[in-house]
Amino acid sequence: MNERAILEAPPTAPSPARGAAGGALRYNALWQITRARVLSFMREPEVAFWVFAFPVLMTLALGIAFRSSGTPRSRVGVEEGAGADSVAAALARSADLEVLRIPARDAEAALRRGKIAVLVRPAAGAPPTLVADPTRPESRLAQLATVDALERAAGRIDVAKPRAEAVVRPGSRYIDFLVPGLIGLNLLGTGMWGIGFAIANWRQQKLLRRLIATPMRRSDFLLALLLARMLWLVLEVGIILVFGALVFHTAVRGSWLAFSLVTLLGTLAFSGISLLVAVRARSIEAVSGLMNVVQLPMWLLSGSFFSSERFPAVIQPLVQALPLTLVNNSLRAIMNESAGLATVAPAAAALAAWALLSFFAALKWFRWD
Amino acid sequence: MPELSLQNPAGRSALSCKGLVKRYPKVLAVDRLDLEVRSGECFGLLGPNGAGKTTTIEILEGLNTPDEGEVRVLGQAWGEGDGSDRALRERLGIQLQEAKFQEKLSVIETVELFRSFYRRGPDAEDVIRIVQLEEKRDAWVGKLSGGQKQRLSLAVALVNQPELLFLDEPTTGLDPQSRRQLWDLIADFRGRGATVMLTTHYMEEAERLCDRVAIMDHGRILALDTPAALIASLGAEHVVEFAVDGALDLAAVGRLPGVSQARREADDFALIVREPHVSIPPLLAEVARQGVALRRLATHHATLEDVFVYMTGRTLRDE
Repeated sequence: MNERAILEAPPTAPSPARGAAGGALRYNALWQITRARVLSFMREPEVAFWVFAFPVLMTLALGIAFRSSGTPRSRVGVEEGAGADSVAAALARSADLEVLRIPARDAEAALRRGKIAVLVRPAAGAPPTLVADPTRPESRLAQLATVDALERAAGRIDVAKPRAEAVVRPGSRYIDFLVPGLIGLNLLGTGMWGIGFAIANWRQQKLLRRLIATPMRRSDFLLALLLARMLWLVLEVGIILVFGALVFHTAVRGSWLAFSLVTLLGTLAFSGISLLVAVRARSIEAVSGLMNVVQLPMWLLSGSFFSSERFPAVIQPLVQALPLTLVNNSLRAIMNESAGLATVAPAAAALAAWALLSFFAALKWFRWD
Repeated sequence: MPELSLQNPAGRSALSCKGLVKRYPKVLAVDRLDLEVRSGECFGLLGPNGAGKTTTIEILEGLNTPDEGEVRVLGQAWGEGDGSDRALRERLGIQLQEAKFQEKLSVIETVELFRSFYRRGPDAEDVIRIVQLEEKRDAWVGKLSGGQKQRLSLAVALVNQPELLFLDEPTTGLDPQSRRQLWDLIADFRGRGATVMLTTHYMEEAERLCDRVAIMDHGRILALDTPAALIASLGAEHVVEFAVDGALDLAAVGRLPGVSQARREADDFALIVREPHVSIPPLLAEVARQGVALRRLATHHATLEDVFVYMTGRTLRDE
């Protein structure tokens, strides 16, 4: 047994660090805490799934479900009865319409449930009646196409014949909308789990208490949590971007600098909020509940899957101030509308404010045991 | 060891507290406690769960603040500024009762992490060797046995070669073999002149490791001396335990020759006697005279456990 090392190391001399295992960094606290964080995070398979695999699967599933394929056709219903055959035949000739024959007693219900956008009720010896709800945009479209088809069948001659040119603009598909939203959502989730959960866990296991029983600088500890978080940031955003680009041809069309700044500030804001959530929570259960309370409004309102503009004007100031809304909208502007630093500067400033305020509040109230 | 004894001149106080009080909403955890631990000694706080041992040791470690009283650790008080507290922490080794390390870090990673918080100390590999965990160097903490985890916890407390080592119930919950292994490690460490302060509710641990022991209950110190002197304070060195079928008049037994104390513990009786061969024959005669049947009879050397029982009327394992 080699006990001489402890015995003979003179109390004032620094210990000789052994080269192989990390050289100068071997006994650097900031490096060691960051390393401990990254290693224990990496060694949890569930974490790898939620951080890396889940967003990719989500992108894939939603990208397929909402892919833009061909031109959508309007569904039109023809009520059974005298003259139904000739009306249906006339409508079937239109490329814009999909025709369904419906018994009279089911017709109203089909219209109400949105199974058909417009109902055509033939009348013997008279023009058919079109039944539709004018407040629904798809009904309006279907009605125009139906009138057009009936007019042509009745012998209308088209004279102007404008040429149509189909253009699908990059950046305007649903997948283009979705990918920035998923990046934002992932930054929020990883920030919460990577920091709040870890702190509550360490506090519950009395590891925080054990740490402050050493001369460790508390700033080293918090800084290391952030550094570890930044490392994940690069990886998780990278994976979504690469996957989106390869499979769906999504791209960052604007400034990379602005993109990096927004993801960085967003991460800092979420980390700060997460730290604040975990300042006092003594158990994993408590912190999980609190994290859900904090995340829920952002999941609902911040427009990760659909535009947050859809919410009423009254709550828009709240919606627009949420850090996830700021991240999502800025990333969309950068990725899809080629925005640069100037465009996202106000949002970036707001995110920086979120980060600073939450960090200072967290430091003020943080409990180590 | 010359270097260390220069640092810790014998007889100087390593740790002292005066009039320590800690109140919690429902309990007075520490009740006007005075204590002095000399440099180079191993001092034990002995008491049942809830006696206030952990609160006391955490106040001494600077992890808890007293409501009243004065604490000096290696000549310094806590809370005289961040820099001063940190300088003091550089000199202390601390093992906490319930602290768990990250399950998915290896032994070496954990020791290196803690080693990095100190300006000086031995190499992480050497510390692992000292606590005999070389074979588990690369194993995850979550895969270690209870005894190995305690040895890791000791390794982490030794990474800075502390002048003063605090151990809070270092062997609670361990099997006898792991316990003895830890005792050897602690004895080795203190053999080098460092000071050790430990809490325990194992008598054997206190008797084996400690130069002096304070028996603590309800936040107060009931007795403080060397283990031998505490046992001697019972006035006799042997304990006779016996059980009978039927009702026994204990007072009559207490008057038998050589019996210094007699007490009842549930269905059992215990006598403290100077010499078993003098006291047992009259005891058997007395039992026969009272017409009850002897069911069991055993004797052992008095231990700190007996001291505690006779001081508090409770056993250490109560609660």
